[in-house]
Amino acid sequence: MGITQILFWVLSILALLSAILVVISKNPVHSVLWLIAVFIAISGHYILLNAQFLAIVNLIVYAGAIMVLFLFVFMLMNLNSDTEPQKNKWLKIAGVVAGGSLLLVLVAALKQADMKGQLAEMNKGDIGLIKNLGMVLFQDYVVPFEISSVLFLSAMVGVVVIGKKD
Amino acid sequence: MYSTLLSINFDWLLLIEKAVLIAIIISVSLLVAMYETWGERKVAAFMQDRRGPNRAGPGGLFQPLADGLKLFAKEEIIPNSSNRFLFVLGPGLAMLTAMMTSAVVPWGSHFDLFGRHISLQIADINIGILYIFGVVSMGVYGIMIGGWASNNKFSLLAAIRGASQIISYELAMGISIIALLMITGSLSLKTIVEQQQTGHYYVLLQPLGFLIFLICAFAECNRTPFDLSEAENELNFGYHQEYSSMKLGFYLFAEYVNMFISSAVMATLYWGGYDVPFLNDATFGQAHGQNLLATLQVVSLFVKIVAFIFFFMWVRWTIPRFRYDQLMKLGWKVLIPLALFNMLVTGFLVLLKQNHWHF
Repeated sequence: MGITQILFWVLSILALLSAILVVISKNPVHSVLWLIAVFIAISGHYILLNAQFLAIVNLIVYAGAIMVLFLFVFMLMNLNSDTEPQKNKWLKIAGVVAGGSLLLVLVAALKQADMKGQLAEMNKGDIGLIKNLGMVLFQDYVVPFEISSVLFLSAMVGVVVIGKKD
Repeated sequence: MYSTLLSINFDWLLLIEKAVLIAIIISVSLLVAMYETWGERKVAAFMQDRRGPNRAGPGGLFQPLADGLKLFAKEEIIPNSSNRFLFVLGPGLAMLTAMMTSAVVPWGSHFDLFGRHISLQIADINIGILYIFGVVSMGVYGIMIGGWASNNKFSLLAAIRGASQIISYELAMGISIIALLMITGSLSLKTIVEQQQTGHYYVLLQPLGFLIFLICAFAECNRTPFDLSEAENELNFGYHQEYSSMKLGFYLFAEYVNMFISSAVMATLYWGGYDVPFLNDATFGQAHGQNLLATLQVVSLFVKIVAFIFFFMWVRWTIPRFRYDQLMKLGWKVLIPLALFNMLVTGFLVLLKQNHWHF
């Protein structure tokens, strides 16, 4: 067993365990913190696949920015288990049925998949390195890339304009 | 040099080498942080025409040890209604994220010891700068978790202030770095330092970018004039109000470690890193040996770092604290447009240079 495999198992267990804890935690703040742990574990998986750029962007954007906003909201809402309103019983049942159907569809779809031929290359392959990613983005997909970056920039300018009420 | 133990294959010597390097860098960071607290008081005293700490040891040099001992000896109080685990996790996380950035900083070129080529950088990854950003963006959690778990309104307000300040200034910092990356063409800190060894430090090419980066570094480290999260006249003691003993010490210490590491990053990105000024490194290395050269390089980097740390302290004891709306106005309405302008001008000039200065 090489070090890659050990890391793979540790990260997988960490990711799955944290994901389960996201769902079963009573306190929403704890859920968010476990979700951050999931993101970190998934970033670790990206690094194992040699996709360093994706790994670090996943950390910066999801774990570093979006989860902070989640935390903001939850911390300010003062959600406690005793102030939590009782949810409708039928709503709970509907949720279970919807989630179960999704699981069923996913399992059915994955059952047919050709797993042996699709094995991920661990620790090799250079498609995820920043140089190759840049080549692809700026040569093959330059128009969509530029359009989306202008969109992001305009969103940022929009925030400043909205904040400029005085 | 492969050996098999429990059928795990890896290079044990490399592992030992890196472990020693990590241990050295962490202890040096802690030592520097300790003496930063001493230096801060001495600098403050110098600026206010006082003497500063002068009782413990010669020139007050043992003051940090006395402070540490005091913090360890204090009673540890965990508020009853707070979440114990998160309350302890907060300071630990603050310290962890402060330390993690040091992994990608090149502290020198390399030593030749015991027939091995020992690089003075823990990990030369080709996404070095992005790694620093990733760790900095995780640094928010130390403050937020600590502030929330304290179960105190002032702590929570301070934590939210601190976090929104860090997120806001991260944007301008990122954009100012993009302009630098357009020139370097590489994200590896080692490559960036090697490119500057001709003596053309990037601060000459990116003066505005450096200025923006410097201001953002002040904000990211929660230093005056941006220490809004511990504004004691508004928020008592900020996000670490409920903390006592060494947990408080960790928060205070993490700030000094952050200051040290961000000085190192600034020196590396804009001031040539471990490059010794006015010295041709290659010929010197051949004439006097690689080990002497590497030592000189480490010393050179530390001189630059100490200069930056002094600058941090100088600003702290010169400029008063901003108001919170002024802080946000500066971040969003001044620094981000300036950084965007800097990025556009840099991109234009880089394109023009590739075109041999023809339109």
